Amino acid sequence: MIKNYYKGKVWKFKDNVSTDSIAPGRLMYLRSNPEEYAKHVLEDANLEFPKKVKKDDFIVAGNNFGCGSSREIAPLIIKISGVGAILAKSFGRIFYRNAINNGMLLIQCDTDNIQENDILSIDTDKGEIKKEGDTDFKIDFKIENIEKRILKEDGLLNYEEKHGSLEQL
Amino acid sequence: MGNTIVEKILSKKVGHDVRPNDTIVIEPDFVALHDGSGPLAVRLMKEKGWNKVFNPKKVMFCTEFGPSPKRELSNEHALIRNFAKEHNCYWHEGGTGNIHSHLLEHYVKCGDVITAGDSHTTTHGALGAFSTGMGSTDMLGILNFGKTWLKVPQSILVEVNGKLPEGVYSKDIFLYLLKEIGSDGAIYKSLEFRGDTISALSMAARFTITNMGVEAGAKVAIMETDEHTKAFLKTMGREEDYQEIKADIDATYEKKITIDASKLEPMVAKPHYVENGDKVCNINKLKVDQVLLGTCTNGRVEDMHIAADILKGHKVKPWVRFIVLPNSKSVFLECIKDGTFAILAEAGGMILAPNCGACMGVHEGIPADGEIVISTQNRNFKGRMGNPSAFIYLASPATAAASALTGYLTDPREVI
Repeated sequence: MIKNYYKGKVWKFKDNVSTDSIAPGRLMYLRSNPEEYAKHVLEDANLEFPKKVKKDDFIVAGNNFGCGSSREIAPLIIKISGVGAILAKSFGRIFYRNAINNGMLLIQCDTDNIQENDILSIDTDKGEIKKEGDTDFKIDFKIENIEKRILKEDGLLNYEEKHGSLEQL
Repeated sequence: MGNTIVEKILSKKVGHDVRPNDTIVIEPDFVALHDGSGPLAVRLMKEKGWNKVFNPKKVMFCTEFGPSPKRELSNEHALIRNFAKEHNCYWHEGGTGNIHSHLLEHYVKCGDVITAGDSHTTTHGALGAFSTGMGSTDMLGILNFGKTWLKVPQSILVEVNGKLPEGVYSKDIFLYLLKEIGSDGAIYKSLEFRGDTISALSMAARFTITNMGVEAGAKVAIMETDEHTKAFLKTMGREEDYQEIKADIDATYEKKITIDASKLEPMVAKPHYVENGDKVCNINKLKVDQVLLGTCTNGRVEDMHIAADILKGHKVKPWVRFIVLPNSKSVFLECIKDGTFAILAEAGGMILAPNCGACMGVHEGIPADGEIVISTQNRNFKGRMGNPSAFIYLASPATAAASALTGYLTDPREVI
C-alpha cells in the first residue's frame, strides 16, 4: 500500500546490487518460507543489514539496484524485513516490476547526496524527499501513473482482482 | 518514419502503430515458468482462489534444478508438476534442460511475444521474437487473465562488422559490449544486433549474445531472422515457425554502437560484476580451481565441439574440477552420439544432467572459499555459484577449455 508519508533511517548500498546479493541462490530452498529467507536478506552485501534493519528504514542505492534474476523473493523479503521504500538512481527492470507488483514503493532519483544513517522523510503526494537536519536538502521525484495505480491497490493481483483486467491501467 | 524490430512486432500485435514509451496491454503468444518463478505463482493462485489458465496450449512449466537436491525443492517441484498436469499445460522435468532450451527448441516462433519467469528470456530474441523476463506475480497475472502490460522500449542498435579472429567467439563480443556500455547500459531498452558478423554467426552463437542481453539491463535483445534461423527451426522439426523479421531501413534508434569484430580478443568478466571486462591476455598467472562449460549461455553442441577440439587427446590439470553442463537433453544426446562427450570425459570432464544447479549455486558444483572459477555462464555476481567467498570469471567455451587444460586462465589462441 502506498502511504502519503514515510520516515526512516538510511542503509546505503553501492551500484549493481544484484538479486543474488539480496536473496542468495544457495538458500533457494527457503523460497517456500519467506520469513526465514528474510533473515538473510542482503547479507552478502552487508552482513549487518538483516540483523539490524528496522521497520520503515530505507534502502538507498546507486545504479541498477536489483539487477540480475527474476526471483520475486528478492523484493518480497525486503518488504518482509520492514523496509519502507527503496531509492536508487536506476533499478533492474524485472526487480522494479516485481517490487511494484508487491506494493513496495520504489523511487528513482539522484542518491549521491544521501548517506548511511541519514534520516529521510518522503511525501508521496508532493513527490518530495527531505533530510533531517539539512534544510537545504530536497529531492523531487515522480511516480508514474501505472505504478501509482498498482501501488494504490497494494499490488498487481489486487488491482486485477478489483478491475477484472489491465485495460484501465 | 520507420520502425525498429520491437516496434514492428508490437505494432502488429496490438493492431496499430506503437512508439517508444507507449504503454500497451497484450496477450503473449507463449509463456513459461520454472521452479524459481512457478511455485510462488501457483501458491498465490490458490490463495486468490483462481483456478483457470488462460490457454494451456500457450503455457509451459518446467523444473531446472533436478534431479532435486533437497526435500524443500522436491515439494516445490511437486507443486508445479501437479499444477501443470491438472491444467493440461506443457511440462518438462528437471535434468532434461533449462527453461530456455525447452522454449527455443520446441515453442518460440519468429515474431512471437514471449514472457517467461526468468531473466534470461531475452535469449529468444535471436529467433526474432520479442522475449522478456518477468517475476511470479506478473506471470500469474498472465496465467489467469491472459494479458500483461508493457512499455514499448526504445531501441539501441548494436552493429557488429568484420571477421572474428581465430579464438574469438560471440561470448567475447558480448563481454566486450558489456565492458563498453556497463551493466545498466541498456536498462528498459531493446538491444538490436545487426551487421555482417552477426549474420555470419550460427544460431548457437547468436543465442549466447541474446541470452546475455539482460546483463546490460535490456528488456529484450533481438536480431533479424535469416537462413540460419530457418535452418535452425528446420533442424528442430518446425520450419513452419519461420518468418522474416527485419527492421525498417529508416527505423529510429536512440543510440547506435558499432563494434569492429576483427579487432576483438578473448575476453573475461572479472569478479564480481559482468561489466568488469578485460582481455584474457592482460591477466597474469591466475590458477584455476574449477571450470564450468555449458549452461543456457554456452551449453549448445557447437560450444561442446569448441571445447572438445581443444581437449581431444589431453587431460585437464589434476587440480581443476572440469564440469560439463549441456543445455538440454538433445544437446546431451547429440554429444554422446558424435563422441564429443567421450572426448570431454576422457579429458577429465564431469558430465552432468542438463540443469541450472552449478550456475546458480543450488547444487552440483559449489566452489570453496577463495577458489577461482572460469565459467561460460552469464553471471559472476558475488555468491552466484553458492559461495560469496569464491571468484567467478566469465569466458567463452574456448577460454574455459584452454584454462582447464593448462590449469591457469589461458588465452585459447595459445593452445589452438
